[in-house]
Amino acid sequence: MKRRLSALAVLSVAAATVSLPAVARDNIQIAGSSTVLPFSSVVAENFGKTFAQFKSPVVGSGGSSGGLRQFCQGVGANTIDIANSSRRIKEDEVAACAKAGVTKILEVKIGYDGIVYASRRDSAKFAFEPRHIFLAAAKEVPQDGKMVANPYSRWSQIDSSLPDQEITLVIPGSNHGTREVYEEKTVIPGCETFAEVKAMTDKKAAHKFCNAIRTDGRVVEVAGDYTETLARLDSQKTAVGVFGLSFYNANRDRLHVATMSGVVPSEATIETGEYPVSRPLYFYIKDAHVGVIPGLIEYAQYHLSPQVSGPGSPLDKAGLIPLNTKERAEIAKSVKERQAVSFK
Amino acid sequence: MNTPNNKGYAGIEAKVKASLKRRQREETRFRLFGIGAVLVALALVASLFGTILSKGLPSFWQSTFVLDVHFDPEVVQIGPKPVLEAGEAPAQFNERDLAWQMELGFVDFNQLLINALTKHIPAAADSPRDAMALITSGEHFALRDRVVADPSIIGKTLRLNLLADANVDVWLKGNIDRSLPDDRQQLSAQTREWADKLSADGVIKNKFSTAIFLNPDSRSSLAAAGLAGAFMGSLMMMMIVILLAVPIGVASAIYLEEFAPKNWITDLIEVNINNLAAVPSIVFGLLGAAVFILWFKLPISAPIVGGLVLTLMTLPTVIIATRSTLKAIPPSIREAALGVGASKVQATMHHVLPLAIPGILTATIIGVAQALGETAPLLLIGMSAFVSSIPATPFDQSTALPVQIFLWQGNELRNFFEGRTSAAIIVLLALMLTLNSLAIWLRRRYETRW
Repeated sequence: MKRRLSALAVLSVAAATVSLPAVARDNIQIAGSSTVLPFSSVVAENFGKTFAQFKSPVVGSGGSSGGLRQFCQGVGANTIDIANSSRRIKEDEVAACAKAGVTKILEVKIGYDGIVYASRRDSAKFAFEPRHIFLAAAKEVPQDGKMVANPYSRWSQIDSSLPDQEITLVIPGSNHGTREVYEEKTVIPGCETFAEVKAMTDKKAAHKFCNAIRTDGRVVEVAGDYTETLARLDSQKTAVGVFGLSFYNANRDRLHVATMSGVVPSEATIETGEYPVSRPLYFYIKDAHVGVIPGLIEYAQYHLSPQVSGPGSPLDKAGLIPLNTKERAEIAKSVKERQAVSFK
Repeated sequence: MNTPNNKGYAGIEAKVKASLKRRQREETRFRLFGIGAVLVALALVASLFGTILSKGLPSFWQSTFVLDVHFDPEVVQIGPKPVLEAGEAPAQFNERDLAWQMELGFVDFNQLLINALTKHIPAAADSPRDAMALITSGEHFALRDRVVADPSIIGKTLRLNLLADANVDVWLKGNIDRSLPDDRQQLSAQTREWADKLSADGVIKNKFSTAIFLNPDSRSSLAAAGLAGAFMGSLMMMMIVILLAVPIGVASAIYLEEFAPKNWITDLIEVNINNLAAVPSIVFGLLGAAVFILWFKLPISAPIVGGLVLTLMTLPTVIIATRSTLKAIPPSIREAALGVGASKVQATMHHVLPLAIPGILTATIIGVAQALGETAPLLLIGMSAFVSSIPATPFDQSTALPVQIFLWQGNELRNFFEGRTSAAIIVLLALMLTLNSLAIWLRRRYETRW
């Protein structure tokens, strides 16, 4: 009895701890940007349903940086094959990837997305200039040639055209690619309208100054997705939130969208480039997995086909702003030839 | 307290009387506080359940089309389905079969739906965009799957239940303000008008939705998003937890309680087990990601890893509860067994363990129920991914019920998914309540009082 019992104990412990052989994976694993996730998921689902020979890819979240970090963990079935990103991969990320053995990365641009500023429907409407956003969010602002701690507590103090309402700005956390676009396309242009900033010779220091956010609670960083930003607005009537255009579109009944430099954000104004706060969306393929994990190149080609991401396609309906025909052809060519990402 | 002095007992009585009122007041106050606390707690629970039920229950009923769809051979132009010929290699047949399915993929099944809709709204053919916005977009795949399963339906007319688009459901249920202008609505004015007409004609009915139970998650066809994938993932993880945590936990508890010598090593083990039970679950997730995925190379997002992580989390609970059950069994049982010549193992296995089984079962069920509701560690091992298929084995990617709730609350179509999320919460709560009542029932049924 005792022997049987101890044998049983040894067995169950063994079952729990002994390494199981690595399992070959037959579906694509994707992770990354929560902005790209809805688009990617639609494509993944339809890809699995359209091609009987491939399983549906699995799409994880985690933010652009988080996804790329996971992507760069190494090569093998227990690492992801594709990283979604709402910004371009950086050179140091490519270097980090190479260090872990991910030496060749394919870049696929899938379309564009706008970033909008929106407030609650029962609250005031805004017409912003990039300068307003900088002044509302900055830690220090230039005043008469000197940098002083941000004195503004109401929008109307920044500009008399803005509503007389407490400043609360809900922005994405630094794990999001959206944050970078928010900084590059609104904060920095707004900041550089000041002569004091223009006078700075060290561009890096100037950008650092522009992007420093105030810490008195008027700027709220959200690490989660846009629903969290929306929940923030639900609990605080006067808050202004940063959203993706597609998220705003799905919740038009609850939100007012703010204009930027007089342009109303829409798919049309982003496509023409009139609305400035937009960015391309990407995904990155681990070249070493092509041929090992079935369907990687096919997934990219399916993603790029006009029926999937062109005008009138499911992704267009989901809020992705399509690539133009020339761009689409160029990217499809680079995927077909498996060109590695380059920074020239 | 004062001792009786020369004033005599009358003095004490006066003192007691004087303090009596105060003490009675104190008691009343204490009771009121108690009742107040209970009432506040009840009100909070009631409002929680109230909001979840009022939001979630309507989601179990969904706007559904009842349409006669004609599988027009003009539209579904396809050769006969390949059959396995004598002497043909399976791989070759498979290739032909895939080619046939591929060809079927080019058939415009949406045309069948538009044709079916035209019978009820003649103008549908003129603005197919507005018409197709009525039916959830995944249904053309459902039509294709029907043809794949049974090509003989080509040429026939079938009465089918088709889910309406999520936005149509939102519109018909009044979950969006119907008075809003066009630019704030999700559907075009034409589509809204048609939805109202079809609903009035009884073509769109509010039917009990099986989609939520039978379908996996969906992003391209939001109205069809279901819990089946997450449910299977949770079920597999629960099985793994039961298969691993119960034998290991019970065996270690028996050894520690009945056989282990009492010395500083066993003391140390005991302290460690108690501490492990208090470790936040997210730490187990980090451990799981580092050990099971990076070291043992197990797949990401798979129930096998989730199950192992939850096993680690549940083990201390099972060990501690089993030990206290064993402790509660009177020593006289062991002594009697030993007294008639049983060995220590026999005394434990034949007499102590059977008496402890109800307690062990309760501990297991409570541990499993706790593991069922756990979300944080699963996020770290990649189980928060979007998975559009139902896992077949524990090595396939999957989500879990609580993670599905987390994912749905993040979906951008808030008007639809607020209800869907609450519906998922109801399903999870119902499962938890079932498990907990099972635990209570087992305890009542087999409980022995000494």
